[in-house]
Amino acid sequence: MRLRTYSAAFGGLLLRDARVLVRESVPFVLRTVMNPLLFVFVFAYVFPTIGQGLRAPQGVSFATVIVPGLVAVAIVFQGISAVALPLVHEFGGTREIEDRVMAPLPVAAVAAEKVVFGAMQSVVAALLVFPLTYLVPAGDVAVRLDNWPLLLLVIVLASLTAGSLGLFVGTVVRPQQVQLIFSILVIPITFLGCVYYPWASLDAIPWLRVAVLVNPLVYMSEGLRAALTPDVPSMPAWAFLGAITIALAALSFLGIRSFTRRVQS
Amino acid sequence: MIDGAVTVRALEKVYPRGRVKAVDGVDLDVARGELFGLLGPNGAGKTTTVGICTTRVLPTGGSVVVEGIDVTVDPAAVRECIGVVTQYNTLDRACTVWENVYFHCRFFTMGRRAAKGRAEELLEQFRLTERAGSMPDELSGGMAQRLQVARAIAHRPRVLFLDEPTAGLDPQSRIALWDIVGGLRREGITVVLTTHYMEEAQRLCDRVAIIDRGRILVCDTPTALVRDLDEGRVVELSLDRLDGRLLDRLRRVDGVAAAESDGRGGVRIRTTGADGRVLAALVEVAHPCGVRDVSIGEPSLETVFIALTGRDLRE
Ligand SMILES: Nc1ncnc2c1ncn2[C@@H]1O[C@H](COP(=O)(O)OP(=O)(O)O)[C@@H](O)[C@H]1O
Ligand SMILES: [Mg+2]
Repeated sequence: MRLRTYSAAFGGLLLRDARVLVRESVPFVLRTVMNPLLFVFVFAYVFPTIGQGLRAPQGVSFATVIVPGLVAVAIVFQGISAVALPLVHEFGGTREIEDRVMAPLPVAAVAAEKVVFGAMQSVVAALLVFPLTYLVPAGDVAVRLDNWPLLLLVIVLASLTAGSLGLFVGTVVRPQQVQLIFSILVIPITFLGCVYYPWASLDAIPWLRVAVLVNPLVYMSEGLRAALTPDVPSMPAWAFLGAITIALAALSFLGIRSFTRRVQS
Repeated sequence: MIDGAVTVRALEKVYPRGRVKAVDGVDLDVARGELFGLLGPNGAGKTTTVGICTTRVLPTGGSVVVEGIDVTVDPAAVRECIGVVTQYNTLDRACTVWENVYFHCRFFTMGRRAAKGRAEELLEQFRLTERAGSMPDELSGGMAQRLQVARAIAHRPRVLFLDEPTAGLDPQSRIALWDIVGGLRREGITVVLTTHYMEEAQRLCDRVAIIDRGRILVCDTPTALVRDLDEGRVVELSLDRLDGRLLDRLRRVDGVAAAESDGRGGVRIRTTGADGRVLAALVEVAHPCGVRDVSIGEPSLETVFIALTGRDLRE
């Protein structure tokens, strides 16, 4: 009986978020597609075409290396822009959140709804970015879809992790600090997230190879690499699946706790 | 009184970083169908008390039971039977006026058809139908507040909490909101409102509790509170100059309960009766200081507040 009320309320919250997303679908598509589109265009089309291509390991094209990485970035980026940024606004600016938590379900479930809806947007973002990385590059892109169960598992886990990251960031950042999210979080984890190079190629810089392991994006990139481009070396499955699961558990715990503390004083 | 709508017992709240007790041993009993007012100056603890009753603030002592449910035991169940309008505008800025009510209904488990019908009915009732497609930021203060009330009652709560519902509204919108709140009461919904406008408490509420520094000073019907003042009046004299000894001399006049400076170069005197001779004596005593104006306040909740605390509600 109570569960029925909770799930109906949860569904209502999702419905509201979906309505807002539909109204803002053009900005959603633009913010999702713009960055990877430019990246693929310059690095996988312009550079190879003008003969300035970056070399990739083991004879695969650079485009092949970055496809999984860009999908991973798109997933994490949604966590920030679909969950964290609206939350910062609703907490600090308009206090709208004070009304949302009056819905008849536990406060933790209101926080979880943000994660779930953010994850749905991450999945859509991944699906939007994927064809771009395939169609734009000048050379061959050796992407395989035969291991789709692993692909699906990694995308879902990565999307939930990105949503949880967004929840945590959105509850700790003040409105005046929004720019900091990009300069001290998004950009560093992107550049050091094994997006543009496989983790194995960091052999050349051993300390960095270890240091980047704190970055959850590394495991998403590597997981997608294992699923999509088996020709490029990647981490073993137990490693990235285990690490993403741990990151998901930690971030969702921290995010929900921080959310609850901010709405209940 | 287990059967009440809201029962507050020995309620205490110290905020994590707060130095004082924001709420310091509050007891309240709000009966079903009552329009109950919590009157007090800024910082008295009104928002904190309402926050605890509406599950958004965790008490550090005491208990609150709303419609038979303890707010700390089952907050989600309490939220099902209350409506809340907070002190701030918390309308969903990303949704239209109509959607604000519609999605609220969906959060409270109504189906699509029922939610649609309820949203239309409420916008009609609150004269917002024409603005159904507007965004909340395009509404005037009065309209936004009407929408907040419409949304808060959309799931037909049994108790409605309004925290300073008319603060910042123009006089016309304030009167319109009073009509709305009075109308809700007639529909049988229990209303708890906070205010620092004594006129609002006096005109609107069945019973009023006066709160100051986290404590309830008195709680009764407005009429009874004023009557208990022994027919006292507040006389204000504006003067050309105020000299220190005048206050002492005024206090010695027969029938004067208290006299103090009003902070604007005049004096405020509370008398114990409505006797015309007191007034004549006061003017005579103050005459050397140049009496420019005399005003006699009708006894009101403000007088009650001043009598209880020695301070003005607005201070
Ligand atoms: N979140 C908070 N943290 C610390 N102190 C607070 C907080 N909210 C309110 N207070 C303090 O608690 C007291 C009561 O505040 P409040 O309940 O907002 O009063 P009112 O609504 O009557 O103006 C004030 O002294 C205020 O400064
Ligand atoms: Mg207040």
